[in-house]
Amino acid sequence: MNPRTRPLLSTLAVLAALVLAGCGGSSGATGSSGASGSASRGTLTVLGASSLTGTFTQLAQDFEADHPGVKVKLAFDSSATLAEQVTQGAPADVLATADEDTMKTVSDAGDTARTPTVFATNHLQLVVPKDNPAKITKFSDLDAKGVKFVVCVDTAPCGKLAAKVLAASSITAKPVSEEVDVKAVLSKVSAGEADAGIVYATDAVAGGDTVKPIDIPAAGQNLNSYPIAALKGSKKARLAQQFVDLVTSSKGQKVLADAGFGNR
Amino acid sequence: MTRPSGAALGRPPARLLAPALLGAAFLALPLVALLVRTPWSDFVDELTSPEVLEAMRLSLETSLAALVLVVAMGIPLAWTLARVDFPGRSLVRALVIVPLVLPPVVGGVALLSAFGRRGLVGAPLEQAFGISLPFTTAAVVVAHTFVSLPFFVLSVEGALRATDREYDVVAATLGASRWTTFRTVSLPLAGPGLLAGLVLAWARALGEFGATITFAGNYPGTTRTMPNAIYVALQADPQAALVLSVILMLVSVAVLALLRERWFDVALQGAVRT
Repeated sequence: MNPRTRPLLSTLAVLAALVLAGCGGSSGATGSSGASGSASRGTLTVLGASSLTGTFTQLAQDFEADHPGVKVKLAFDSSATLAEQVTQGAPADVLATADEDTMKTVSDAGDTARTPTVFATNHLQLVVPKDNPAKITKFSDLDAKGVKFVVCVDTAPCGKLAAKVLAASSITAKPVSEEVDVKAVLSKVSAGEADAGIVYATDAVAGGDTVKPIDIPAAGQNLNSYPIAALKGSKKARLAQQFVDLVTSSKGQKVLADAGFGNR
Repeated sequence: MTRPSGAALGRPPARLLAPALLGAAFLALPLVALLVRTPWSDFVDELTSPEVLEAMRLSLETSLAALVLVVAMGIPLAWTLARVDFPGRSLVRALVIVPLVLPPVVGGVALLSAFGRRGLVGAPLEQAFGISLPFTTAAVVVAHTFVSLPFFVLSVEGALRATDREYDVVAATLGASRWTTFRTVSLPLAGPGLLAGLVLAWARALGEFGATITFAGNYPGTTRTMPNAIYVALQADPQAALVLSVILMLVSVAVLALLRERWFDVALQGAVRT
């Protein structure tokens, strides 16, 4: 190697070190609404809370079938991450969050086209792995010694709700981990790494036979509401509103009810 | 080696300088933007808040503990790759590099498959001794070690290869055993590369997020390192996340600055000489 190239390489290496220090993974919506021709064609970008993954995927297919030439692009993440992306100007047409507080940060910033509509409710359930290693049969078993349970971090709607039901049920044991979203809680349980996890009823359904659901007595008084809104930044305002209408229609409500959501 | 003076070579060509400037600006701009957007009035409050101090302490402890493991395994591994001819060496070298290019979250999933409660090694470990790694601080150290070891091995192996093997031969003819040669000849000669490897590995461990949160989890005091805390803060309070990011950045820069620039430069030259 030519000695004169060394300073350049060493500089590159220093920069590499600095960049690596800040390197971290974060999934996110990289969606773009794309170049659109007429208002009824093109790509519609819908951001949804991770608990909406199954239902919105199905509704998006229904929407595409009803609107030839339209492609619905879905991105799922924690509500807070999505709200942050929208207020930072990420290109998106529709946003649905897992609680009203998070949606409020978006509507307060003036980023929603209309007042958000509540389209579903959800309640929490306890899930345990199929073989139930800690022999948990009821919610209060979380207090038993050595039980490793996981919850959502308290900045996520599912975590806020979990903290409420844990307090309401007088459970003093602490979780071993606060996962960033509800899918991460479910995967820790279905993989058997945790003995139990607090998730939405809909996730317990989505978990299939990898997990067993257990009802939480205080869950009924601690529902959360899912609001949806077309976004102001959308270049396809009409299509965006039509997607919102589909979700709130009786057809959309049936898809949601089948997945375990409560109707609004 | 004497470097030719700049004047003798003429002016640096614009076709190199322009993209170089662009590259430097591209890397520096996001960091500058971070500093500009940071609410400095909250800086001291955040810096001294118990949550931040706890995350900072955990990050320093786990990254330094990982560094001990990295050195203990990395030096022998690098030496073996550089000095011992054995079948399948290139395969081993490729395996060592894989974690370098693996997305960190995939690294976390791989670690769970190996050391999780139902993992290849983890399941027998729990049955025999009742030891379960996930959700413990030890798991954070394991994740850090997994992602940072390749940086160290690459760097040290490069440095060992760059030093002339003749020195080893001379030491041997003078009666030194291979262990003595390693200790008194090869290792000191590879010193700068070793140092560069340490810095790279430590920086990588300090910034580790994906493998940690996937494999070890996220709980204050046991597994919530600075990058995890930044991600959590981003969900609730983006302003606080900015402050935390700047703190982590300043700590990294402070450590790099502590390794005086010249020293560091020499070390890196040793590392890239292969």
